[in-house]
Amino acid sequence: MSNEREVRVLEIKKSVFENNDREAEKLRDELKEKKIFLLNLMSSPGSGKTTTLKRTIAALKDEYKIGVMEADIDSDVDAKAIAETGAKAIQLHTGGMCHLDAGMTRQGLDALIENDVEFAILENVGNLVCPAEFDTGAVKNAAILSVPEGHDKPLKYPLMFEVCDVVLVNKIDVMPYFDFDMEKCKEYVHMRNPKAEIIEISAKEGKGIDEWAAWLKKEIDAWRG
Amino acid sequence: MHELSVVFHVIDQLEEVAKENDVKEIKTVTLQLGEVSAVLPWYLTDCWNWAKKKHEIMQDCEMKIEKIDAVTFCEDCKQTYETVKHGKTCPFCGSGNTFLVQGNEFMIKEIEAI
Repeated sequence: MSNEREVRVLEIKKSVFENNDREAEKLRDELKEKKIFLLNLMSSPGSGKTTTLKRTIAALKDEYKIGVMEADIDSDVDAKAIAETGAKAIQLHTGGMCHLDAGMTRQGLDALIENDVEFAILENVGNLVCPAEFDTGAVKNAAILSVPEGHDKPLKYPLMFEVCDVVLVNKIDVMPYFDFDMEKCKEYVHMRNPKAEIIEISAKEGKGIDEWAAWLKKEIDAWRG
Repeated sequence: MHELSVVFHVIDQLEEVAKENDVKEIKTVTLQLGEVSAVLPWYLTDCWNWAKKKHEIMQDCEMKIEKIDAVTFCEDCKQTYETVKHGKTCPFCGSGNTFLVQGNEFMIKEIEAI
């Protein structure tokens, strides 16, 4: 048994997310070099993500070449709706995962470069839990919280609101029909993340889109230099 | 909720470690899992036992899981308490001005390898 090797203990002591975090940093460096601003957009299903996207594209399409990266877990209904706006739709393959990670985002990078995209939006999987755990390599993170979901969501899904730079409170047009307390909602978001920007919008009616577009423009221009 | 995908992340990292250390076979892997890491240990083990079969150096590898208790600190009364029992509201003073000290970890601690 002279060739038999001993069992040895190798200490690793590394976060399971470490490789992904490293990959995300690398991706951000490449985006910076190519002057591409990538926004990671997260929300629950049915919060109005596609409608918000369409409004956002309409507001900024004269300023930037816009691309939207879509996850394949969504039906192609969304991709079609995006293509109709004139933005470049890029399909990502997640293999049915509940979130996107940096490796998946990377699949779309070449397509962004080929199409000279300046402002890219990553439409994450509709879910308030898993997407918050994985750095996608995006420059900024945004979450949509819609009025019918309730003002207590920041308490129930704290990590989502901790990682967000901006929270869009959508469907404010239906406020009269729900027991949604806007002040409490803002308080809860800031409890989890004092630096989060909160913008009230109605994607359906176009309310608040100017403020949202102005926030984006400021961030995009700062990133692209 | 994303147990299978974190298993893939674990496998990627173990393959890296194996390459760097000239490992022929991984016998066990020990993970440290926070109580509020949103990962279910039994489901994680199930996913592991399925996914490991596809990788020669770890196809018989046993996954061991060490639990890390979740502890929250209250900024107002400066006391700590059990997160799982009381959530984000301090049981001592009722404040919501609290943050998690530990319990959301998901670490690969060590492996036993040949």
